[in-house]
Amino acid sequence: MTQTSLPIEARGYANPSVLVSTDWVAENLNREDVRLVESNEDPLLYSAGHIPGAVEVDWTRDLNDPLTRDYLNREQFIELLSRNGIGPDTTVVFYGDKNNWWAAYAFWVFNLFGFKNAKIMDGGRLKWVKEGRELSRDVPNYFAKPMSFPDRDDSTDRAFRDDVLRHLDKAGKLIDVRSPEEYAGTRLHMPDYPNEGALRGGHIPGAKNVPWARAISPEDGTFLPATELKSLYELQADIQASDDVVVYCRIGERSSHTWFALKHLLGFPEVRNYDGSWTEWGNLVGVPIER
Amino acid sequence: MSLPGPLQEILDDLKLFPSRAERIDALIGWGDEFVNPGADQLPRDEFRKVPGCESEVFVMSEADGEGRRYLFAVDNPQGISAMALARILQVGLNGLPDAEVQKVPDDIIFEIFGNELSMGKSLGLTGMVRMTKIESAKRNSV
Repeated sequence: MTQTSLPIEARGYANPSVLVSTDWVAENLNREDVRLVESNEDPLLYSAGHIPGAVEVDWTRDLNDPLTRDYLNREQFIELLSRNGIGPDTTVVFYGDKNNWWAAYAFWVFNLFGFKNAKIMDGGRLKWVKEGRELSRDVPNYFAKPMSFPDRDDSTDRAFRDDVLRHLDKAGKLIDVRSPEEYAGTRLHMPDYPNEGALRGGHIPGAKNVPWARAISPEDGTFLPATELKSLYELQADIQASDDVVVYCRIGERSSHTWFALKHLLGFPEVRNYDGSWTEWGNLVGVPIER
Repeated sequence: MSLPGPLQEILDDLKLFPSRAERIDALIGWGDEFVNPGADQLPRDEFRKVPGCESEVFVMSEADGEGRRYLFAVDNPQGISAMALARILQVGLNGLPDAEVQKVPDDIIFEIFGNELSMGKSLGLTGMVRMTKIESAKRNSV
């Protein structure tokens, strides 16, 4: 048995309840108080087949405001929950392609609204498919549930550019989760991805490079046990549990994955995701970069 | 610039679907029609591989009338968009002269799939269109 095939509860996570296995999902498919939410990069994947009963939350259409470069407001969020039959007592389980990039991103956005009853399916969509489990093309309809939520609170889990500048002033810890080439500034985009318009290559001064994928097993996409995660971030980024940490990537999706690992699996209390990330910082007038 | 007739017809049909969900269903229908050839029909050589495409797509072509017949392999079972595009390019371009195929703009993928494609997905799909055009030009160079 490899370490990553350890049961989730045996991996030493600070909050193991935020992660569920594909077995758990299979056993809880028909529970009315559990809502599976698929979030993908590929816009056709959900419709081509999803876990039975799952709804889709699309990162561009459903999580972002259509006109302002920002996330949903409170009313839009309540409407999103309502149309997917998610109520105050619903447990939401996110999963998706790309090793749960967009699932973690959706989890993070839900978290900004104080939605705490959320989990991620370890290994994502691909693990489910590789295990030969059932997929369905039926799009479920759920009854809207009355809900009330406070306004989105960006203060604890989201960093804006001014927050990052203040963070730099106090020599705060930063993790750049992009590829080593992006971090070094030798390329302005992910390997095999086009340039999406950053004017300069490099990283935010002082940031350490820990590519997001190091947090998962290359075999099945499941998260590494806590001891391995801890040593990864301690050794490569000099991060301790007591540190105030900002994570970033290119647009904030890969760093949501790392934010999830640090904040929820390791239980580090002060971790913020800078979703403006390199597409903002790499173009900002007057801010320093490092190569 | 006008598109080759058969390809234009496919785009026109897609435009008839009023909602995103129906359009996606139509695209999945195209993907369902796709048949993945074996390695004996389309060898998975590195030079046939579409760069930047996570769906493990390979392209080759054979002479077919005035044009070429395009073969695509999509080896990632999750590559639904790639399968749909492969089938659309086959139906829209097979047998057409190179000059017609060269009219196809690389960014036609946004007309097919919409503007919400992520950059990773758009790169892979654009690569498929480019590789098809390169294959099309082979007729003149053989």
